[in-house]
Amino acid sequence: MSIDEIQNEIVDEFAFFDDWTEKYEYIIDLGKNLPLIDEQYKDEDHLIRGCQSKVWLHAERQDQQVHFTADSDAMITRGIIAMLIRVLNDQPASDIASSDLFFIEKIGLRDHLSQTRSNGLTNMIKQMKMYGLAIEASK
Amino acid sequence: MAELVKTMKNEVAWDVQKIRADFPILRTEMHGKPLVFLDSAASSQKPQVVIDALSNYYATQHANVHRGVYELSAAATDKFEEARSTVQRFINAEHDHEVVFVRGTTEAINLVAHSFGRKYLQPGDEVMITAMEHHSNIVPWQLVCQMYGAKLVVIPINEAGEINLETVKELMNDRTKLISIVHISNALGTINPIRDIVDMAHQADIPVLADGAQATAHGKVDVRDLDVDFLAFSGHKMFGPTGIGILYGKEKWLEELPPYQGGGEMIRKVTFEETTYNELPFKFEAGTPNIAGSIGLKAAIDYLDNISVEGMQSHEEKLLESATTQLLEIPGVKIIGTAEEKASLVSFVVEGIHPYDIGTLLDHQGIAVRTGHHCAEPLMDIFGITGTIRASFALYNTLEEIDKLVAGVQKAVKMLS
Ligand SMILES: Cc1ncc(COP(=O)(O)O)c(C=O)c1O
Repeated sequence: MSIDEIQNEIVDEFAFFDDWTEKYEYIIDLGKNLPLIDEQYKDEDHLIRGCQSKVWLHAERQDQQVHFTADSDAMITRGIIAMLIRVLNDQPASDIASSDLFFIEKIGLRDHLSQTRSNGLTNMIKQMKMYGLAIEASK
Repeated sequence: MAELVKTMKNEVAWDVQKIRADFPILRTEMHGKPLVFLDSAASSQKPQVVIDALSNYYATQHANVHRGVYELSAAATDKFEEARSTVQRFINAEHDHEVVFVRGTTEAINLVAHSFGRKYLQPGDEVMITAMEHHSNIVPWQLVCQMYGAKLVVIPINEAGEINLETVKELMNDRTKLISIVHISNALGTINPIRDIVDMAHQADIPVLADGAQATAHGKVDVRDLDVDFLAFSGHKMFGPTGIGILYGKEKWLEELPPYQGGGEMIRKVTFEETTYNELPFKFEAGTPNIAGSIGLKAAIDYLDNISVEGMQSHEEKLLESATTQLLEIPGVKIIGTAEEKASLVSFVVEGIHPYDIGTLLDHQGIAVRTGHHCAEPLMDIFGITGTIRASFALYNTLEEIDKLVAGVQKAVKMLS
């Protein structure tokens, strides 16, 4: 599936939730089930510092695609990471670099990406796109 | 009989609904739920009288101060200086020229650090702070200590978040040039024994700066009672506007200190070779000041003058007690900051749960709290945590709001477990 197809799928899933509690319970669940990042990558080099929560991101090039693993110390941040990975993982580098992550706004989580939240997510997305860009450039 | 009526009145005098009616923002909603504002330690809300004073000033009274020959400017100057006198009275300063208008606590501390440092700090000298300081009472001192080769000495705290006066005494020596200490800790709530520290320090001729940012909204702060040499505080934390704050300094110190910033207003005579400085307090007020802010701050002080300090304090104590007792009943909750003398705020963590997650789930229930390190990272390190959830209370909060906070935390914990 393409990046946009996955995004639409997530938007459809969220349409089922009646209220914020259900929505966040789902996000928390995703957070709990986020595939673990290899412990060796949870170091300073992979850390994206936020004022509120921390994020660790590891990217691996697989031919022209990028494989991401990530983690956070906060559960809701982990849940959002799980969705970002679902959308961008193993996609062509050029698609990642040019992606427009509209699903975040559509499912009402834009707040979590504002600078003031400072949870590391905004920079994580930037970093993911940078990896895409770097790989594309090295073609 | 009259006595009896009075005591009874004191006990029931706090009509919190009447107070709430003065604060329009408290009638708004967050995420579609009535706003429960428990972040007054970060910045308090504003009563209508302050909002009116600001808009009235801009609508009818604005002109630059201290320089116009026309009526409007003279009137604005009068208002500005009247605000200064109001602050002088509020903190019981001896002279109105001991009151310097600044941007806030941060600027007040930077002013003292830089001016004091330039005049007095030599290599090997020491400046003393505590382990519970806000970054704004750490970083300015680090900067000037680096500039002059001085050393920053940190008074440690115990598990409850209190300093020990004996330790302060032991740390003081003939290289100690100044002690800068928070009056009420924004992260822990600890109320420090400022007067005792001042007495000890003055025996050795060491001046003391009190960071009063968290103190002025919760009770009387009397600079002559405390005998502090400097007091820094912010208008926005005491129901006034943002961008205005106060540096109080004893006349003898302000006379001695060199200016901080240069510019208009602060000069007597300027030539390209030399400048002589204006008298106090103008020596420290370079440039056009925050005139509107000063007028808004005056309105906030007038507002506080009209309420009973005892009523407010006993109300805030009740809020603190209710929050503390109820939060501790939730499994896994640990309160950070359990000082004997404590102001009306609760900083807490929940075992195994990140503060950000709790804060987010409270937000969706209309409850505004602060999460994170509260600009006191070294303090968080001491407690071995990266942050807390902080609920801070002010005169307009209700016991029902505390119940909502507790229910909100319970719900968040359940969702996250
Ligand atoms: C204890 C303390 N000191 C200093 C400050 C800084 O105040 P301002 O940001 O208004 O300059 C704060 C504000 O959070 C504070 O709580």
